[in-house]
Parts: sequence; C-alpha cells; structure tokens
Amino acid sequence: MNCVLGPDNILYDTVLFREVYNFVGQVLPCWLSWFVAGFVIIFLLVNAVLLGAAAFSWMERRLIGKFQNRLGPNRWGPFGLFQPIADMVKLLFKEDLTPGTADKLVFLAVPVAMVAPVMLMLAVVPFAKDTALANLNVGVLYILAVTSVTSIAIFMAGWSSNNRFALFGAARGVAVLISYEVPVVVSLLGVVMLAGSMSLADVVSAQTLPFIIVQPMAFFVFVAGTAAELNRTPFDMAEAESELIAGYHTEYSGIKFAMIQAAEFGGVMAASGVIVTLFLGGWEGPAAHWLGWLWFLLKTMAVAVGFIWVRATFPRLRIDQLLALAWKFLLPVSLINLLATALEIYFLRDASGVLTRGDLGIMTGINLALMAGCVFLFGSLVREKVRPVAPGLPPGVTPVILPARESPARDLPAGETD
Amino acid sequence: MADAARNVTAPPLDSGAAQARPVSGEPVEMLLNMGPQHPSTHGVFRMVLWVDGEKIVDIVPHIGYLHRGSEKLCEGEQYHQVITLFDRLDYIANFNNEHVYVRAVERLMGLEVPERAEYLRVILCELNRIASHLLFIATMGLDAGAMTPSMFCFRGRERIQALFEAVSGARMMHNYFRIGGLKEDVPEDFMPRLRELMPQIREDLEESDKLLSFNEIFLARLKDISPVTAEDAIDYGLTGPCLRASGVEYDVRKAAPYSLYDRFDFNVPTGLDGDCWDRYYLRVQECYESLSIIEQAMEQMPAEGNVLSSLGRRLVRPPAGEVYVRAENPRGEIGVYLVSDGSDRPYRLKVRPPSFCNLSAIRLMLINTWVADSVVILGSLDIVMGEVDR
Repeated sequence: MNCVLGPDNILYDTVLFREVYNFVGQVLPCWLSWFVAGFVIIFLLVNAVLLGAAAFSWMERRLIGKFQNRLGPNRWGPFGLFQPIADMVKLLFKEDLTPGTADKLVFLAVPVAMVAPVMLMLAVVPFAKDTALANLNVGVLYILAVTSVTSIAIFMAGWSSNNRFALFGAARGVAVLISYEVPVVVSLLGVVMLAGSMSLADVVSAQTLPFIIVQPMAFFVFVAGTAAELNRTPFDMAEAESELIAGYHTEYSGIKFAMIQAAEFGGVMAASGVIVTLFLGGWEGPAAHWLGWLWFLLKTMAVAVGFIWVRATFPRLRIDQLLALAWKFLLPVSLINLLATALEIYFLRDASGVLTRGDLGIMTGINLALMAGCVFLFGSLVREKVRPVAPGLPPGVTPVILPARESPARDLPAGETD
Repeated sequence: MADAARNVTAPPLDSGAAQARPVSGEPVEMLLNMGPQHPSTHGVFRMVLWVDGEKIVDIVPHIGYLHRGSEKLCEGEQYHQVITLFDRLDYIANFNNEHVYVRAVERLMGLEVPERAEYLRVILCELNRIASHLLFIATMGLDAGAMTPSMFCFRGRERIQALFEAVSGARMMHNYFRIGGLKEDVPEDFMPRLRELMPQIREDLEESDKLLSFNEIFLARLKDISPVTAEDAIDYGLTGPCLRASGVEYDVRKAAPYSLYDRFDFNVPTGLDGDCWDRYYLRVQECYESLSIIEQAMEQMPAEGNVLSSLGRRLVRPPAGEVYVRAENPRGEIGVYLVSDGSDRPYRLKVRPPSFCNLSAIRLMLINTWVADSVVILGSLDIVMGEVDR
C-alpha cells in the first residue's frame, strides 16, 4: 500500500495526522488510512476534553474544599480521584427529563452545541512542539469564532426550556458573551501584531519573552473576558445559582446536564490552554523539545487553579455592573493597549520587521507603566463610587432615640417591673 | 398574564423610594415566580416579581407555607410545654425565643429568678445572637455569590452549637429555659469551654469579615442598594438591625432594659444610609458587642448557686391576668402577649415576630431594583419563615 501524505496536502502541516496516516498507510489502503488517522485525532480530541473536564471537576471541588476548611471529595480512589466517574455514572442513570412545553428538538441539540465548540477549540492548541492537531494559519481567529458558538447554545437552552429562569439566564449569558467578545478580540490584536501571525504555533515561538509581561493589559482583559465567556465567578451571570437557580440549564437533567457540565469544565481547561499558548509561552520551558507537554500541562493547571481561586474568593457582580465593566473599563483599556503596541512595534522593529528580545523588554517596561497608569486612572474612578462609610455611631450624626414604650401590665402582681 | 398581575397587586406605595409602575403604554413586563422552592428565599417565602427586563416593577409577597398554628397550639399546652413551641418559632435563635416566653410567664407569676440562672440565660442568648448573625453573614455572602465566607461562618456557628449541645443536649430546639430558671445547671466544663470559644468566634468573625465586608464586588452589590429612610423604617415597624441601619438607635436592651442588660456596658451600632451594606455590616459589629456582653457576664456571674426557683418546679398556674413582654431578638423586637385565666394553660398567646414585621417592607425595598438585587435585599432583612408564618 504505502500511502504517504504529500507536502501539497492541506493536512501535511498537521504532524500528528501525517504521522498516523503514514504509519497506518503502510498496511491499509489510502482511503481507509485517511479515515483511521482522522478517527485517531478525533478520539484524542474528545477524550482530551472529557478527561480534562473530569480532572478539572475533581480539582475544583477538592481545591475549593481546601480553601473552605473542609475536605472535598475523598471517598473513592486516592484523594477522591475517581469522584468524576461516580458523578458521571450517577448522572447517566438519572431520569432524563424534558419539559412538556419545551421545544424538543432545540432542547435536545443544546448539549451537543455546548460540547462541540470546546472540542473544536482544543484542535488548534499546540500541546508541545509541532503537536497541534491542526496547525491553522488563522488559529487565533478560529478560536474566537468557535467560542462565539457557545452563545447560540446558551440561548437555545434558555429559549427551548420554556422556563423563565432559563430565559433570564440565557438573556444574561448572550449579553455577556456579546459584550465581552469585543474587548477580548481587541486585546488579542496586540498579541497577533507582536507575533506577526495568527497561527498559535507562531505565537508560541514569537514569545522570546512571555507575552504576559509584554502585554499585561491584554492578558488582564483576555483573562477577564474568558472568565465571563466561561460563566466563571465573578462573572457567572448566566447561572447565578442564588438568583436564577441554575440559569439557562435549569431544566436539564441526567446525561444532558452531564454534557453541559462537561462542556463547562472542559471549557475552562481549553481556555486555560489557550491563555497559556497566547500569553505564557505555551510549551516553552527548559528542555522544551522533550518536556514541552509537561510545561504546557503545568502552566494550564496553574491557570485553571487561578480560575478556581477566583471562584473561591469573590462574590458575583450584577449584570449591569458586569456590562459596564466590559464597555467602560475593559474596552478602553484594550484599545489603549492596541494603540500603544502598534506605536511601539512601529518604532522598535528593525528593517526586516523583526522584534528582538531587547525590543520586547523595552515594550514590557512601557506597557507595565501604562497599565499602572490605567489602573490608577480607571481604578480610582470605580472605587470612589463604592467606598463605604463605616456605620457605628460616627461623629456628627445624631441618632434618633425612641422613647421606651410602656408595656401594658394590667392585673399584674404588685411590685413587679421588668 | 399582565392583567392577572394587575389584579393581585396592592395600590402603589406613595413612598419616595418606590415609584408607582407605569400603568399606560405597551405591557413589556413579565411575571417571575420566585419561591417557595428557590435557593435564596430563605425558607418557603414566595415572591411574585413583575419584571420589566431585569428591573422589578412590582412584587407580591406570599407567606403562609410554613404555618403551623403555633399560637393556637400554645393554648392546648401547659405552660412548660409551650417552651418547645417557642423553640420552633425563630429556629435560628432558639434561646432568645425561650427567654422572652419564660420572662412573660415569670412576670405574670411574679417569680424571682436566681441570679446565676439569669446570667447563664444572658450568656446563652448572646451566644445565640452571634450564631444567628453568623448564619446571616454566611447567607448574605451566598446571596451575593461568595461561597467561602459561608464556610467560615458555619464553622463558628458549629462551635457555638457544640457548646449548646453540651449545655442542653440539642444543637437547636434546646428546651432548656424553665419558668423560674433553667432546666439544670450547666456542665462543669462550661466556663472553660466558653473561655476557649470566645477567641475562636472572634477569629471566625474576623476571617469572614476580612474576606467579605470590604470586598470591592461585595460593596458594589450591597452599597446604596435599596436604602430605607429612618421615617420609612419607623412607619413600617422595622425593628432590630434593619431599623438601626437606617440611623435609628433603638435597641430594646437599651431602651427598656430587661433581664440583666442594665448591668452591661455595650454599644448599639447604628447605620447611616439604611442600605443593604449597612444592614449587613451592622450585624457584624453587633457580634463584637455580644462578645463583649458575654465577657462582662462571665466576670459578674456568681460561680455557685441555684438555677431554678422553687416555684418553677411545680405545675405552673399563673394568676388570671395579661402581660406583654418584649425582648431584642437577633432579628428585632419580639413581643409576647399572654393572657391567663388562672388555669395551667395559656388562655391566649400572641407573638409579635420581628421577621414578619420586617418583611412587610419588602415591597417598598424591592420596587425599582434589579432581579439580582432582590435576593440580596431579602437576605439583608434576615427573615426566618418559622417566625413569619408561625
């Protein structure tokens, strides 16, 4: 047989696909090895997302337990590691309810529409050198496009459930997603300009200094926007459990609920991976050629722990405050960052358009100073509005003192007072 | 849908805080039924919100899902048996409820309570006030979306309840106070345990305080939300922290000192704006005042002594007459009106529950706020449905 993928093929750059194709091509016919290689990639992708979701759900519950002075899951397996399996089995065997007045087809399609973007998002993330499942030359744009699909899924869930809490959650979720898309996209433009490419592999190799320090404002905006799009605290409007019960997935149960949860937890892992790739140097690290996957994994875990930490610490914003934050704070900041980055690149690059490590260092200094200025300017604007006066008999305030009313005590034994 | 809502709503409030909803124009409102099974209506309270987008245009509160006829039940029970019913009114602050009831009967009978028993009552009541406020802080954090402070507060509350269990045999529903004193003296290790407990409670309080009170997001959620003026608060009959947050310094323990409260030196924290954050932070400060009261009581308390007057050991038959007694519960002023016909059972017993009266202001407070605020505002009232519905 001996099928070999030629360099003219569109999937030639996808190393994993090429290797698998060439390997099975030695014994199988070409059309079959095409399918086999594709299946292997899809298998890896799906299981990466689901395992990532399971690992994250365990990690979140366990860590939040530690934050809150309690144990967290600790019954099955070492440190309760098999808890996600038990959860999944439980959810599988639960009754799968569909509300009688629901729009059945849309209701059914939601879990799929939720999970698919997460899986697609991971397809372009390089786990180690040359191991992205698909090394797209428009990777950043692809990620932004794919994550936007989630908003449609959320609205489908809210509308088809025929439940007002779900509808509220969906309306909030869509408002948040649309608002936060804008600053996120603008903040990523700086990264793309620095890398000179939209391919995630190129973004990683361009990070001779991690972009988190070269582009601190973009990092802040992107992480905040990602948290909002993932419905993570303090931006978990769409499923604010104290107000909207469970938000857009109030009516979901059983395996559908499990899939929505898997999409959410997997989404955090995938988004952490994207953040690592864009801002934390991806698989770069000591002995990156051999240990790239390890550095990527560790950095992803660190970012995910950051999300968990935030969730354990902060209360939730209100929807209007959340949208005000996006439009009045994050968008101006990301625009300032875009302008500054563009000017810096214009003045610092050499004749061939290459930015050296020294150039990046200079940009780091300027951008950090700019960020400090932004925080000082905008931060104080926000703070003045909410700075409280501590109650408790402050000077200059005369409290109203009511006269103590007499209790009626007719026919009471004489001489008794209270 | 909109028409049905129009029929059930009360006439618009003429208060400045709440504007009447627009009657004309296109109906854009939607009915949103919150409760009785909702994670943050604090029991089985039900609100029917009439919302325009996320703004609350009007609200109809529904109560009665936990009605057990407690007041009527009291008429069929002997005076000592009624204590268990009072445990179940405000089931977060059991000792305070028992206290006000036994004081009512004692006053009707003219009973003198042993000094040690009264000190122990004050200590237990103030501990229960702290436990109740800790639960409030926990649920306030949860309503605003913060999970962790609740765990710290529950830890402190569990510690207090462990002490209650050692004293009375039950974490809640203690049935420990008796007419004329206490069921029995506290266990021998009570004072050492209490001494050990005090710094722990202070630590739990400070921990959740540091994490929550001045958090920027928490402030944004609570500050300037639904301010109630002092006039409105008095008009609606708010009592307790909800009244004091509006700048009215009224605490039954100060205004009409009962029990031993004239022997302690303590402050009455008072708010300025009457908004949700003031209602929250005032309770945090009250916890520290309660700690100071307990410390003073521990110093003054006689180490030995009888805890139950001999009259209280017999079948209680107060002379015919009526009495109204009030006390400062964690949620506000509780009043007990007791009529006796000289038999061994109350002829009539009426409770003025603080939560019920505080809840009456919910419409004033909720109109023109956001749906997300409604849970925070309801949480800041700190209602207990057992007391509202009775």
